[in-house]
Amino acid sequence: MGNGTSIGRVRGLGPSHEGAHHWLLQRTTAAGNLIVMTWLLASFLMLPDFGYASVSTWLAQPIAAVPMALLAISLFWHARLGLQVVIEDYIHEPGSKFALITALNLAAIGGAAFAIFSVATLAFGAQG
Amino acid sequence: MLVSILHRVTGSAMALVGLPLLAWFLGALASGPEAYATFTGIMGTLPGYVVLFGLSWAFFNHMMSGLRHFVLDIGAGYDLDVNRFWSVASPIIAAALTIALWSWLLLAKGI
Repeated sequence: MGNGTSIGRVRGLGPSHEGAHHWLLQRTTAAGNLIVMTWLLASFLMLPDFGYASVSTWLAQPIAAVPMALLAISLFWHARLGLQVVIEDYIHEPGSKFALITALNLAAIGGAAFAIFSVATLAFGAQG
Repeated sequence: MLVSILHRVTGSAMALVGLPLLAWFLGALASGPEAYATFTGIMGTLPGYVVLFGLSWAFFNHMMSGLRHFVLDIGAGYDLDVNRFWSVASPIIAAALTIALWSWLLLAKGI
């Protein structure tokens, strides 16, 4: 909180003390999700079938691997922000809230890292 | 109010069920044909299809109410009749999109 401009004097004084950044990121990732999920559904509908050969060949190309990695980032990030709000709304005991949000952060980062590494494994041909 | 609750429920469901399935799908692909066959084998059962159908409905529902949020965020759509119209239309459009997706999958892909 600053003490210069009128906005600086009131910033952070709302009941939650924070949130605008969270709110904006929720919208940014929502817009990202709309793009990557449209891409994913269109790609699924254009695949000849869902067998291993078709799907792995498709996903190993950079044109599919990059959006899939971005999809993992956007989706896990958005889910992390959304579940944080759910936890904050229903868990009021500070210790439990802290523990759950910590677990959520670790799970979201872990899930996204696993998804991105899996895509990279395919793209870099570790499975031949 | 129902639209708001559905937004939260579908979002939570996709986060807790959909994202683990996405990670499993990608991990199985990276692990090779056998692991992928295990994934498709389980998701190809009736309960598997029920989960996938439910997730696709959750996605479209969350997408429509999310798009409605975008409009409300810019300060538009607060007239009672307009607001009510889209709160009713969003889940209906979502259901139509879900049916359209699975019709395509069933008819064009023979799934």
